[in-house]
Amino acid sequence: MKRLVLILMLLASPVLAVQPDEVLDDPALEERARDISAELRCLVCRNESIDESNAELARDLRLLVRERLVAGDSNAEVIDYVVDRYGEYVLLNPRATGANILLYAAGPAMLLVALGIGGVYLRRRRQATESPAEALSEDERTRLEEIMKS
Amino acid sequence: MVAELGHFALIVAALIAVVQAVVPMIGAHKRWYGWMELAVPAASAQFFLTLISFGALTWAFVTSDFSVQLVVTNSHSAKPMLYKITGVWGNHEGSMLLWVLILALFGAMAAWFGGNLPPQLKARALSVQALIAVAFFAFIIFTSNPFLRTAMPPMDGQDLNPLLQDPGLAFHPPFLYLGYVGLSMSFSFAVAALIEGRVDAAWARWVRPWTLAAWVFLTIGIALGSWWAYYELGWGGFWFWDPVENASFMPWLIAAALLHSAIVVEKRESLKSWTILLAILAFGFSLIGAFIVRSGIITSVHAFANDPTRGVYLLGITAFFMGGALTLFAARAGAMEAKGVFSTVSRESALVLNNILLSVSALVVFFGTIWPLVAEMAFDRKLSVGAPFFNMAFTPFMVALAMVLPIGAMMPWKRGRFDRVMRPLWGVMALSVALGALVWTLQTGKSALAPVGVALAAWLVLGAGADLWQRARAGHVPARESLRRLVRLPRADWGKSIAHAGLGITMFGVATLMAWEVEDIRVAREGDTFEVGNYAITFDRVEEVQGPNYLSTMGFFTARRDGEAVATLTPEKRIYPVAGMPTTEAAIHQSLARDLYVVIGDPQDGGGYAVRTYIKPFANWIWLGSIIMAIGGFFSLSDRRYRVAAGARKATSANGAVPAE
Repeated sequence: MKRLVLILMLLASPVLAVQPDEVLDDPALEERARDISAELRCLVCRNESIDESNAELARDLRLLVRERLVAGDSNAEVIDYVVDRYGEYVLLNPRATGANILLYAAGPAMLLVALGIGGVYLRRRRQATESPAEALSEDERTRLEEIMKS
Repeated sequence: MVAELGHFALIVAALIAVVQAVVPMIGAHKRWYGWMELAVPAASAQFFLTLISFGALTWAFVTSDFSVQLVVTNSHSAKPMLYKITGVWGNHEGSMLLWVLILALFGAMAAWFGGNLPPQLKARALSVQALIAVAFFAFIIFTSNPFLRTAMPPMDGQDLNPLLQDPGLAFHPPFLYLGYVGLSMSFSFAVAALIEGRVDAAWARWVRPWTLAAWVFLTIGIALGSWWAYYELGWGGFWFWDPVENASFMPWLIAAALLHSAIVVEKRESLKSWTILLAILAFGFSLIGAFIVRSGIITSVHAFANDPTRGVYLLGITAFFMGGALTLFAARAGAMEAKGVFSTVSRESALVLNNILLSVSALVVFFGTIWPLVAEMAFDRKLSVGAPFFNMAFTPFMVALAMVLPIGAMMPWKRGRFDRVMRPLWGVMALSVALGALVWTLQTGKSALAPVGVALAAWLVLGAGADLWQRARAGHVPARESLRRLVRLPRADWGKSIAHAGLGITMFGVATLMAWEVEDIRVAREGDTFEVGNYAITFDRVEEVQGPNYLSTMGFFTARRDGEAVATLTPEKRIYPVAGMPTTEAAIHQSLARDLYVVIGDPQDGGGYAVRTYIKPFANWIWLGSIIMAIGGFFSLSDRRYRVAAGARKATSANGAVPAE
């Protein structure tokens, strides 16, 4: 048991995402901080926002976001501030600039293309004439006979 | 000894798969019936040998045989028996073994129950299925052997990741694999049909149950994973748009599209080449998923056996099967001539629209998932694509899908009239919009998420009801007659309405949970009482509890509403000393209307504990809806036309095996 306790003390205990001491007194400001946090990536984690992450660095970033908000920054200014320091990797919603336009345009473009192809297909099906039922192949005829016999 | 036996059985199964991949294919080409027939015993033998191999590995885990390396790294003698067994697939090697076991099972089922298939199609499909098996057997034997012994067996194991020691996650992978691998059967049938050069209604009738089964299992598997994340990860998130989640979601979307397009092939002999393409892509996304999960090429919270050589091998498998199948498709798709004629307003057109929305949304998810990789390699930009992007890019597709779904579902085949279809739906639409408006007025100053979600959910659920109502001709014939009609309705029609209503229920849960969640974060001392929403929460005390293989700090909370105690909640912080990992166990008081969700955090410097309390409205509706969708799938799967096909075979063949469903 003593050994267990020792091991437990050595374990770094994770802190849960947003901590009570981080929460701002002004609820409106706090809500903005949460909204911003959900958009920012915890840099040392795998695909978690700083709002969800337990990492120390995420906590630092959360505090930084709140500091900037208290200092009177707008949401966009806070995000710019963080991106200036940590790069665009920190954004979970990448900016629609440069090559990223492809990412944003992909959905609508694919939808338009698909609707176009679908429309052409529908028109063809509407204008097509019903083709006669295919005759049975030799194989199928023998099999049919087999089935009918048994 | 048992481990060696398992290893040996695996190698023999692989060799049999090689034979099964080659001989029936040649037989089908040359029309040598004996050679074709070999596929059936080969598929059975392959399955039973893989089962022996899997059994051997399970034995090693159950008996805590620490001379096997995999058991050392993933098990511990003090672990509860359930998790010793589930530990078999809680790691890369064992999960791959489960994967081939299911692959062999599907092949064997097609062999056993495929008596009424044209012999050549059956031989070719089983041969393609065996070819996939060969690739994965080789993958296991050459890169991920689960039976490796260790030279110096330790006294005890290193334990399974504590996060995986949970009933929800224990059964999440088997269901997911049943889904992923089930799609291999549709793939094999599609490739066999391409080699054969013909697709007809009978082919669609054969492919559909396999796809349906795979889709049902995927639905259950994804729901289990999401539910697990909800209660285990400590803040009640249910979907994170993580690459690995997307890897399971893309095949689900494509399989859903395939299910619907196969109906068009079956009933109307149209959309043939498109359906073949979907069958290829559905399994392709399963393979890509396996690659994403196991290569570690895209960072994900699901850290899982990342090894570059394995990644390259899996990429090779994906490239081979997708490249081969798509080349074959390009060469042969032209031969699949559509027959059915239909007008623009028809069930066929509605299903085309369904397919467009589902497959484009799957591609959007795919694009977002691989974009960080593309951007880094092609444009030298290191960036992230996360939940905010996916929520924005994906949601419109689901909104559009929900808007057209009830109308499309009631549209007649070939030619419909919009006004006639809408006649029973106007009332439903008015009611749904009214409900949305009611929600809009009741909630103050919040987003449009909840009202839109509620209106769409009502539209889907009531629309599904209106469909059944009309099928029963309720109001036109006496009630007794309506009831009789309803009972007599084909199970597939029931399945359709149930599954569509399930989608509505899930949408309701997602929208209301996201819009109305209440969160409270604070430092609380023992004896404190605080208000969250309509509830007064009292923090009674903290106890240290010793579990079988963990230590726990357990908080006791009482939730009261209007002075009356409604729940005692005991959130825990656990520490698993062997694995050296702490976990948080949220306490959840569940009900249909809301979940009370309490998490206890660290002791604070000034005394007390960090405590987070959530009220999560309608959270359970998310998974309830998913289960209802799956139940709808089962209803459809048990439809008479699939059973009749199996019964017909029984009358004609001599061996009298059991019918399919």
